[in-house]
Amino acid sequence: MTDASLTKDAPVAAEKVPSQWWDVWDQFRGHKGAMAGLFFLTFITLFCTIGPLLWQVDPSTLDIRNKDVRPIYTAIWDGDAKVSWARPMGTDHLGRDIMSNIMQGGRISLAVGWTAMILAILIGTLIGVLSGYFKRLDWALMRFTDLVLALPLLPLLLVMMLLFRDPLRAAFGPENGIFILIVTGIGITSWMQTARIVRGDVMALKEREFVLAARSIGTPPRRMITRHVLPNVMSPIMVSATLGLATAIITESALSFLGLGFPSDFPTWGKILFDSVDRMTSFPERVLWPGMAISLTVLAVNYIGDGLRDALDPRIRGL
Amino acid sequence: MKLKTALMGAVASMAFAPMAYADGHEGERGRDGQLNIIYWQAPSIMNPYLSGGTKELEAASLVIEPLARYDTDGNLTAWLAEEVPTVANGGVSEDLTSITWVLKEGLLWSDGTPVTSADVKFSWEYCTAEGGGCAQSEKYLDVESVDTPDDRTVVVNFSVAKPFPYGPFVGAQAPIIQAAQFAECLGPRAPECTDENFNPIGTGPFVVEEFRTNDVITLAANENYREAGKPAFATVTFKGGGDAAAAGRAVHETGEFDYAWNLQLAPDVLSGMAEAGLGTNVVSFGTSVERILLNMTDVDPSLGEARGVIGNPHPFLTEKPVRQAMSMAIDRALLTEIGYGDFGRLTCNVLPAPAIFASDANDSCLTQDLEGAMAVLDEAGWVPGSDGIREKDGVRLSVLYQTSTNAVRQDYQALIKQWWEEIGIETELRNIDASVFFGSDPGSPDTFQKFFADVEMFTNNFDGTDPEAYMAGWTCDQAPQPENQWQGNNMPRFCSEEYDALRAEMATTGDIDERARLAKAMNDILMQEYIILPLTHRGRNSAHAVTLGGVQLNVWDSELWNIADWYRIGE
Repeated sequence: MTDASLTKDAPVAAEKVPSQWWDVWDQFRGHKGAMAGLFFLTFITLFCTIGPLLWQVDPSTLDIRNKDVRPIYTAIWDGDAKVSWARPMGTDHLGRDIMSNIMQGGRISLAVGWTAMILAILIGTLIGVLSGYFKRLDWALMRFTDLVLALPLLPLLLVMMLLFRDPLRAAFGPENGIFILIVTGIGITSWMQTARIVRGDVMALKEREFVLAARSIGTPPRRMITRHVLPNVMSPIMVSATLGLATAIITESALSFLGLGFPSDFPTWGKILFDSVDRMTSFPERVLWPGMAISLTVLAVNYIGDGLRDALDPRIRGL
Repeated sequence: MKLKTALMGAVASMAFAPMAYADGHEGERGRDGQLNIIYWQAPSIMNPYLSGGTKELEAASLVIEPLARYDTDGNLTAWLAEEVPTVANGGVSEDLTSITWVLKEGLLWSDGTPVTSADVKFSWEYCTAEGGGCAQSEKYLDVESVDTPDDRTVVVNFSVAKPFPYGPFVGAQAPIIQAAQFAECLGPRAPECTDENFNPIGTGPFVVEEFRTNDVITLAANENYREAGKPAFATVTFKGGGDAAAAGRAVHETGEFDYAWNLQLAPDVLSGMAEAGLGTNVVSFGTSVERILLNMTDVDPSLGEARGVIGNPHPFLTEKPVRQAMSMAIDRALLTEIGYGDFGRLTCNVLPAPAIFASDANDSCLTQDLEGAMAVLDEAGWVPGSDGIREKDGVRLSVLYQTSTNAVRQDYQALIKQWWEEIGIETELRNIDASVFFGSDPGSPDTFQKFFADVEMFTNNFDGTDPEAYMAGWTCDQAPQPENQWQGNNMPRFCSEEYDALRAEMATTGDIDERARLAKAMNDILMQEYIILPLTHRGRNSAHAVTLGGVQLNVWDSELWNIADWYRIGE
């Protein structure tokens, strides 16, 4: 591969680009937690996307005769427990298969989490960088941030539901309509912390010597931001992104529980968790499965963020 | 039917046990010492005229009493009065405009002074006084005057003919208060009389010793109580606050309390608690019915302002075979078992109680019949399309099914959706926060009154035992419409001349049997037209210690209505 790509016209560029990212990967690989996180995230993503193709049980089918089936491992210590290989994770109080529900719920939760997080990070970074870098915009943008910070999510979503639910339902169908609504709702109410953190970092960076040097040779603001400021605020953005993913998944769960979220026959991790709380003492596994899925995913993303930050930071990377 | 038998057994044992033991539990007043009661909502006042809350009504019922109250079957029982006046015994005038009550002889207030008709009249004056915000004023609706021909006789005159004259001075909401004590507390001064409102002088089995707002009430036996040897308990501690689960545990698992009120918990949770063996769950059935309403009007969002207006009939729910099939597809026994266990029972009526009003003409709904439902749809020309959803003339059987957010309701939704999809009706579920769904904001499209969905589900009941006002809710003019700011109880926007005629007839009929016939006929129209699909008759449940005898759970009046008869089962 090397001799094929190393043409004589652009030897420097061809060598430089892969090596930088190779370096990042090399650094990342050394972070044990990040690798474990990446492994788990890949696993849970595959479990939720490929899983339903292999495990073809409809998550919403009720099978009252097979309700309250315990997970298969219960048989190890309790020979009389109601278990079945056809329902390895057990069933709920209406006989729905928990494994297919976790798969289906994971699809929705992950999709909502990622989309809302990306939306929040985009808005937060944009506002943070603008207000940190341009003094004139600072006051207005920060007051706007305060304003949004004071907006309570629930009443806001109630109003959004009222105004947009029927048009969105007509345009995209009940599930997709609600998806857009929820993702937007969570996205536009969770970018403020990111914006504040980014603004603070940008303001500190602006006074650093390398930025002054770049400015003295006439670098335009756009280039300055993309080339010098953004790469240096990457670590706080990564950290708030990972926290944002967790918050988005949890907020969506809370919304579904209040009836503001997806229809009740549309499982998400948070909703499975909430539905199971009543019978937590008799059927702890029903809380454990979705609870572990949520917390491990959040933990995995946090570790990946941690590893990425270390890997992306040239000071730590030793360049 | 196993469930039904079990319930009958429970009700029967509840009703007969006290009678069997009663003889062995006669004795002097206060012989059984201390009684502990827990209400997980705390009373803030002892005067029901100043509070609409159930907790205050029930706490006050220990101290102050009405002329007559309802027993466990919802029948009127004379309490402070000699007997219940009726047209037959001459107590109610032929033209239904006055009722004459006669007080029992020798009644004393807890301070030793005699109870007179003037006190009864004063109770009316107190509640209707100018400038006073009486919470029970509807009980005294249309009362023109109250006459007191002698010390024991009270004549209530109404401004209109009252086929049901048992509003004033009947039930825990309208007790008799002492004129001498409250004389200075009329009208706007009512809430300022703190001492009087916290320590009313009453005729009941107990008197207040100490009242701590929103916390604990300490009571002692009333020395002037009219029946010798009652109450059996010398003191009562009435604790308020906490939550239903904690109250349940306090009776069932720790035994700190003897009685816990209104335990709204899942059936498996409650029966789990009862396994500890210290307490017993009791249930009693009032008029609460979980029901599905089918919308007669079109609520397509594209109609804009004309959504849900009577001129736009629903594209397919106006066809009776569709409604009938939807009803036949439901397995009510399974729903009730999963959602309410022993605290719910099967019903095919929207008016399931009191017993004399309950129709038995609709019992076919008790068994699920999926094949039958499909046959009904086939016959009506609704045939399955390529995706299994039935259609006719380009109209698909696709419904939006809404209810409030509540774990049991979502279970019901999931089950019913499955059955409806089996017979080829596509179902989309929606659950709405209860405060929005039951809120009365005319600006929100999600209220149960606007009913901007094809199907909705909730529970409703009515106060007292007379169903006239309840049944009047489904007349044509009760339909929530834009002109009346979406107010009214006829959410399905059902309209039938026959029904309206029956309702008009009931308004002028005084005879109880005739009223029962009319109420049943109205119920049968709603059931046989499948406008309302009743699902479960829901009970109210409380718990008491196994050592506490005499408890008869009453949903028609205060749960503590017969506390004078409670006793400790020998140890």
